[in-house]
Amino acid sequence: MRERTVILAALVLFLGLVTSPFWYARAAGLTARGPEPKLPTSERACLMPTEYMRTSHMDLLMTWRDTVVREHQRTWTAPDGKAHTISLTGTCLRCHDNKAEFCDKCHDYAGVAPYCWDCHVDPSSLTRSRP
Amino acid sequence: MSITRRGFLGAAGLSALALAGKPAIEAAVGEGAQEHEAAATGTRLAMVIDPRKCLEEGDCTKCVEACHRAHNVPDLADPAREVKWIWKERFEEAFPTLELDHAPEAFHAKPVMVLCNHCDNPPCVRVCPTQATWKREDGIVMMDWHRCIGCRYCMAACPYGSRSFNWSDPRQALDRLNPDFPTRSKGVVEKCTFCEERLARGERPACVDACTAGVITFGDLNDPKSEVRALLRDRFAIRRKAGLGTKPAIYYIV
Repeated sequence: MRERTVILAALVLFLGLVTSPFWYARAAGLTARGPEPKLPTSERACLMPTEYMRTSHMDLLMTWRDTVVREHQRTWTAPDGKAHTISLTGTCLRCHDNKAEFCDKCHDYAGVAPYCWDCHVDPSSLTRSRP
Repeated sequence: MSITRRGFLGAAGLSALALAGKPAIEAAVGEGAQEHEAAATGTRLAMVIDPRKCLEEGDCTKCVEACHRAHNVPDLADPAREVKWIWKERFEEAFPTLELDHAPEAFHAKPVMVLCNHCDNPPCVRVCPTQATWKREDGIVMMDWHRCIGCRYCMAACPYGSRSFNWSDPRQALDRLNPDFPTRSKGVVEKCTFCEERLARGERPACVDACTAGVITFGDLNDPKSEVRALLRDRFAIRRKAGLGTKPAIYYIV
């Protein structure tokens, strides 16, 4: 039983190494919580229920794109009967006026890089860069 | 009169066949009728340009500026990389097939406004492998920049040089962005769309609105009461490279 100290030290070292990711996460302030995009304050409800928008907003945007470009139809009627102008920058971003705090929050978290913004202009980026 | 078993079965079979064929026949007849209707009510958007009036304005480029500002078209000096929707071309180069050995002094080597001709028979549409460009029912040769893969077949096919390719990110060359219209990205072809986004709002194309001299007239070629038809009735008009059979919708009155 002379190796007791060695065994204990090794055991402590081993446990420390095994649990190191937890210590690291605690030190870095990481949490298991998902992204928290900033919701607009001006409007309470989106065009579609939140659950649908969360999972399928890209499908809606693709439909909008084809409706405008291919069918020259610029209004879209929501299931609740309300008509909306089809425009990413004009309609979506009118309420969601902070792209960095809304769109980018989840996209960055999910590791997706949609190329909408290669062409479509975020109006808030213009006002911010120009005093 | 008695009915035999064979006679009954035959009649039943024929009736079933007639019932099954009815929707197909109705569909065929219905489609034909719809096509006919579209031809009668269809619009054909066109432009009439008066080069003589334009020349009186000298170095004016208001239409070019308005168009390129509205559509976020970068101003690149390098002719190999430039992007243009509407621009000035020397008369002889705009109309090479006229073979004017002794062109009128008024036009000789003078600039004339050129843009996409929105042809009735557009060669660019025929060659596009992804259907990123197509002919709308109102005559506009439209583009879907989402779908363009940048192969530049359309540029090779267009006999008017109306299409430009983005060799670099156009945003780098734009000092001011119009947030109401997208830019393009690197590797995409672009051209004039007859301002279809303005037409949808009930406005006239940007170049037509910007021109204070009334050089450009825009309207429906199928409407006998339209301004373009009135001009074409009174004046003699030519089209660029008409012999190619592309049937351009941009007329130049001479």
